[in-house]
Amino acid sequence: MKTSIKYLVAIFAIAFTFVSCSNDDETTVNELDGITKIKEITNDTHTIELYSQMGSLEQGYNEISLRIKDNTTDKYIKNAEVSWAPLMHMTSMSHSCPYSAVEKVTENGTLYSGYIMFQMAQNETEYWDLKIDYTIDEVTYTITEVIDVPASAKRKVNTFMGSDGTKYLVALIEPNTPKVAINNMQVGVWKMQNMMTFPVVDGYTVKIDPRMPSMGNHTSPNNVHATQATTGGLYDGKLSLTMTGYWKINLQLANAEGTVLKGEEITETVTASSIFFEIEF
Amino acid sequence: MKKLVVFFLSFSFYFSFSQEVDSLKTKELKEVLVVGTKAPLHEKQGKTLATLDEFLQKSTKVDLIKRGAYAWEPIINGMASERTVITIDGMRIFGACTDKMDPVTSYVEVSNLSEATISSGQQGSCHGNTIGGSIDLKRSQRQFTNAGWEFYVNSGYETNNRQKIIGSAINYADSLFYVDTDVMYRDAENYKAGNDKEIHFSQFRKLNLSATSGYRLSPNKNIEASVIFDRATDVGYPALPMDVSLAEALITSLKYNYKPNSEQIDNWETKLYFNTITHTMDDTKRPDVPIHMDMPGWSDTYGFYSKINGKYKKHQFLGNLNSFYNRSVAEMTMYPSDPNENLMFMYTWPDVRTLYTGIYLEDNFEINCHSNLKFTTNLGFHNNNVASDFGLQSLQIFYPEMEASKSRFLKSVSTNYFYNKDGISYGFGMGYGERAPSVSEGYGFYLFNSFDGFDYIGNPNLKNEKSLEVNANIGFKNAKWQTKISASYFHIYDYIIGIPDASVAPMTIAANGIKVYTALDYATILSSDFTVSYQLSDFWIWKGQFVYNLGNDNESNGLPFMSPFNYMTSLGFRPGKFSSELQLKGNATQTEYNPFYGEDKTPDYTIVNANFGYKFTFEKSKMIVNTGIENIFDANYTTYTDWNNLPRMGRNIFINLMYQF
Repeated sequence: MKTSIKYLVAIFAIAFTFVSCSNDDETTVNELDGITKIKEITNDTHTIELYSQMGSLEQGYNEISLRIKDNTTDKYIKNAEVSWAPLMHMTSMSHSCPYSAVEKVTENGTLYSGYIMFQMAQNETEYWDLKIDYTIDEVTYTITEVIDVPASAKRKVNTFMGSDGTKYLVALIEPNTPKVAINNMQVGVWKMQNMMTFPVVDGYTVKIDPRMPSMGNHTSPNNVHATQATTGGLYDGKLSLTMTGYWKINLQLANAEGTVLKGEEITETVTASSIFFEIEF
Repeated sequence: MKKLVVFFLSFSFYFSFSQEVDSLKTKELKEVLVVGTKAPLHEKQGKTLATLDEFLQKSTKVDLIKRGAYAWEPIINGMASERTVITIDGMRIFGACTDKMDPVTSYVEVSNLSEATISSGQQGSCHGNTIGGSIDLKRSQRQFTNAGWEFYVNSGYETNNRQKIIGSAINYADSLFYVDTDVMYRDAENYKAGNDKEIHFSQFRKLNLSATSGYRLSPNKNIEASVIFDRATDVGYPALPMDVSLAEALITSLKYNYKPNSEQIDNWETKLYFNTITHTMDDTKRPDVPIHMDMPGWSDTYGFYSKINGKYKKHQFLGNLNSFYNRSVAEMTMYPSDPNENLMFMYTWPDVRTLYTGIYLEDNFEINCHSNLKFTTNLGFHNNNVASDFGLQSLQIFYPEMEASKSRFLKSVSTNYFYNKDGISYGFGMGYGERAPSVSEGYGFYLFNSFDGFDYIGNPNLKNEKSLEVNANIGFKNAKWQTKISASYFHIYDYIIGIPDASVAPMTIAANGIKVYTALDYATILSSDFTVSYQLSDFWIWKGQFVYNLGNDNESNGLPFMSPFNYMTSLGFRPGKFSSELQLKGNATQTEYNPFYGEDKTPDYTIVNANFGYKFTFEKSKMIVNTGIENIFDANYTTYTDWNNLPRMGRNIFINLMYQF
């Protein structure tokens, strides 16, 4: 009985979706599902709309989508080549952060997307801006705008010097909505080549040890350390959370040879690692 | 196999605490205990208003695991709740506590009951699949008598824990209609172990209300509705880290009874029932808890049975079609010391729905006037379904491939032979039975067991536990002597028990580790008892009973909660309206114990009890007064069934009054 009700609901839902699709103009509605506008940036010719899941940016890993609207025709541009460059203006210097290329989401769509990992938050005197360069029909345009990057409530980024003398950045990507379950875990690992270049690190392992400091440092079983499936990609692992509450995900970064470059193993006496993420739900 | 044969040839016995019924069909491995205040024979009890647990304790087949002064967990043949079936008039009820703080027996009161039928092993499979046996608690048997109005007032006091008992019953019966109502209230403070040692957190308070009413629709048809409401509050469990602020049950049923005018069918009884239990653990009164937690649990059961019995030529038959649907949920919320942190929440029972449907058939074939052969079979369909996605995903941390639903078939067969002639009786039988894992064994999530200090994780992949059983008994009876020796041997395949898994960390702060419910290849249990009574004269009677159980796992290490040599002997003096009894009770030192399961060596003990009763009869009323002293010499002792060696009650003087008008 219960399942048949579920089926009924599902059929209605599908029917409703089709109806609503056919009433709107083709692509736009579906493209923006699950994302919210952060802000609009305007220059003489175009307006760029920035989107993310939360409708805002924060310190850490951010998946960002954008659309480019022609100010005269009000049409969205489908054939642009887009790149971006975030820049932190500190009092004494400027630097960038890890970020990806910007790519079309679907061939016929209007959305372009990529990620930016802000390793630090803005403060009263220091701020991020985002420069977007785009080419439409071999004409190049540019736009730069200050963006809001407040600090995250929980620790999602670690920036540290490894024992090999390299500066690394490790950020938490998934789980975004943690559950009492085995969660898919995704982590990004980058290194600082210079102030402006932060390439993905390949072939390392991010060892994880989730703990609950409020529960006598309880840990969960069947976690899988995060490793890279494809060169240049992000790192995937499995994170078990046995209950809701505050979890500290203790980390160790190991290179391809298995040498730990940063982070400590949790023991009776060492209750936390020097690099960690925080999850609370 | 050799062992099986040996025990097949060893013998056993039978002794009824209550009436001796002479008809052949009752010569079974069943023990009928008079309990409560509703049985016609209750007046002969030494302590009329004893708790149900104290009544059950008298059986040689039953012992009780004690975590405090209240809600003891019955074990039959050394086997606890998972391996037994405990019913109230055939109704299935499941406790709502993950830590077994509320066995079914804790939700009834002696004022509701008339007797308890204890069946060993597969003899007890009538109301469900079992390994160890069953207890069926029977309510009042009084029906359409022309008794008119009856009023009872019960009252009692116990000095040791200042337990106050007050209750009353109002009954009415005529030839068409009857109604029985009763209420009982108990309020006890902490008890004191021997040498005046107060056991903190051993208080309890319990209110029980019940009503049963029947109406005769026609001379051979009647209908009966019954309700029990039981509410215990402020119950201490001194052997556990938590207490109970509320344990509440509502137990309801509607029964239709039909006696066809047929040669073959004697009676056809059909019952619909529903019961709901709410259980709330509480640690707010405990000092120094590492973390405060709430652990509520709920258990709802909907069920029915339809039981028909009759005879055909030399066969007495019984058929029982029964089904139940149970929902068990338990959760845990822990409060971090930092109030800004989110609460820590988990399902410890992930909303497990159990659907069971079974059919039981029994044929008792009368070979001749002094021997008979009984066959029973029970086939059950059992399905578990985890209804909470949250709970399912939690368990999938341990079992990623686990599915929400799991079905099993449970089979049981047994055969027994009985012989009874000229005071000599003997019987033997064998049986095979299966059971499904309990909710905790299949789906428990970090259940802390304070006995061995491990957190337990259920295992949804467990196979059915299977038991091959042989039993035998032999007895002798004449005008003065009555003796019986009986033994049962169980060879249990895929025996379910927690085994440590060092690769998983515990959840409970300061726990010793994790145990995952696992099936041992096999385990064996031998249970044996000997009872004797001798009528010295018209007024004097001597009784004795002796029990010894032995349980081993597949590596010949002991199983927990097996009775060491246990004895009880009493001398009774009952001239007319006066009755008295002097009782000696004790255990030998527990030599078969296993630290692996949290046990340690329990030393021997002996206690002495005495009770006296007098029945006053007036013109239209009567009053029964019972008084006695338990543990006269104030021994400080503990038994193998006492959780974490909790000391038992020291000297206690009780007085029970029962006034009927």
